[in-house]
Amino acid sequence: MTEALATALALLVALDPKLVEIVQLSLRVSLSAVGIAALLGFPLGAAIAVGRFPGRRTVIVFLNALMGLPPVVVGLLVYLLLSRAGPLGDLGILFTPSAMVIAQTVLILPIIAALSRQAVEDAWHEYEEQLRSLGADRAGAAMTLLWDTRFSLLTTVLAGFGRAAAEVGAVMIVGGNIDGVTRVMTTTIALETSKGDLPLALGLGMILIAIVIAVNAAAYLTKELSQRRYG
Amino acid sequence: MSNGAILPLRLADVSFAVGGRSLIDRVSLEIGAGPSTIILGANGAGKSVLMRLMHGLLRPTSGRIDWNAPERQGAPRKQAMVFQRPVMLRRSAHANVAYALQIAGVPARQRAALVQEALESVGLVHLAHRPARVLSGGEQQRLALARAWALHPEVLFLDEPTASLDPSATREIESVIKAFDAAGTKVVMATHNLGQAQRLGDEILFLDQGRLVERAPVGQFFSKPQSAQAAAFIKGELPWT
Repeated sequence: MTEALATALALLVALDPKLVEIVQLSLRVSLSAVGIAALLGFPLGAAIAVGRFPGRRTVIVFLNALMGLPPVVVGLLVYLLLSRAGPLGDLGILFTPSAMVIAQTVLILPIIAALSRQAVEDAWHEYEEQLRSLGADRAGAAMTLLWDTRFSLLTTVLAGFGRAAAEVGAVMIVGGNIDGVTRVMTTTIALETSKGDLPLALGLGMILIAIVIAVNAAAYLTKELSQRRYG
Repeated sequence: MSNGAILPLRLADVSFAVGGRSLIDRVSLEIGAGPSTIILGANGAGKSVLMRLMHGLLRPTSGRIDWNAPERQGAPRKQAMVFQRPVMLRRSAHANVAYALQIAGVPARQRAALVQEALESVGLVHLAHRPARVLSGGEQQRLALARAWALHPEVLFLDEPTASLDPSATREIESVIKAFDAAGTKVVMATHNLGQAQRLGDEILFLDQGRLVERAPVGQFFSKPQSAQAAAFIKGELPWT
């Protein structure tokens, strides 16, 4: 056990090329997914926040429920979409990083949309009269609110990233955990542990924990600083 | 009457109810340009609701509200409102005023000069680049006045603008309001503060339980109130002015 830990630390210190490659792919996939989910999720959340349409409550409950989507189920659905016989089979991207990005985007889009809906709606309650008094229409108000809640939205992005970086089920199913192609931190940890090769698994585990802590610290500090700076 | 002026404003039998409870009860009145109008009444008399109806933030349950020239959707508003608690965006004081101009469709290159003028009118030029939400309550309220006044609206609604401020901030706000009044903007202000009504008002609209009970010039209202409710209100409130 101590031996495994020592080897793991050696891998980290030496910046083992295999380990670096896996970390890079993980970051590339999860950051891409977060970027796409934010681009789609912010406008969606803001529209639901300030919009008035039939079934709005149902949509909100449904969206909140989707935050808890099990990654393996998302993986399965995206797998069915992208498999040879599936509706998007012709794209031929199953078992590629693109498929992993799609699966993680589906997984965290509800998180970012639901959390930004909440942030924008809280702001809307505070700002509504003032913005309407100035003559802003709903679309303009939504844009204004997105910008004004930018620090809260950053927190939602970080929450989405934490979820994406830590999940294993979705990327395992649609990526296939192919060595050098679709192997990311979480899938490697699962595989190496079952093979009994603990050092690499432990090393990646430490990096993953460090990333999750760093992300949460960044979220906390951003909120603190912005609160002090902008009120 | 086709000079584009939005005043006079006419209310005909305007009522507003929420959940069966009547907040404004059959109010009819006309507000014209010129002397400032104070809407006076106790807490819960319907002052804020009446102003929001006039300003278009609420729709009357029944009755009609007509401006002389109806505002067109998308055109810059000729009326503005300052609320009891100012709502500032998370950006600089300067940018908050510029934002109002942007919504009103003022071209970007004309905004800076108008913002500067508005900030000068409330004495906040030195704080132009501070984030608006970290300013003091009094400074935020002056900024709200600057934002409302940047386009020189024909009518300025003020909903208890000094209710949550200390006496010195209140004096500053009142002097700004006086200046706007002198510059030709029609001031319509709700307050429950009798001293403020006397300092700033030319005429009083007295509300009691959602009804317009009395309308009179300031001097006459305080020396010879016509209604029992107004007399009781003046008597009851005086110790605290």
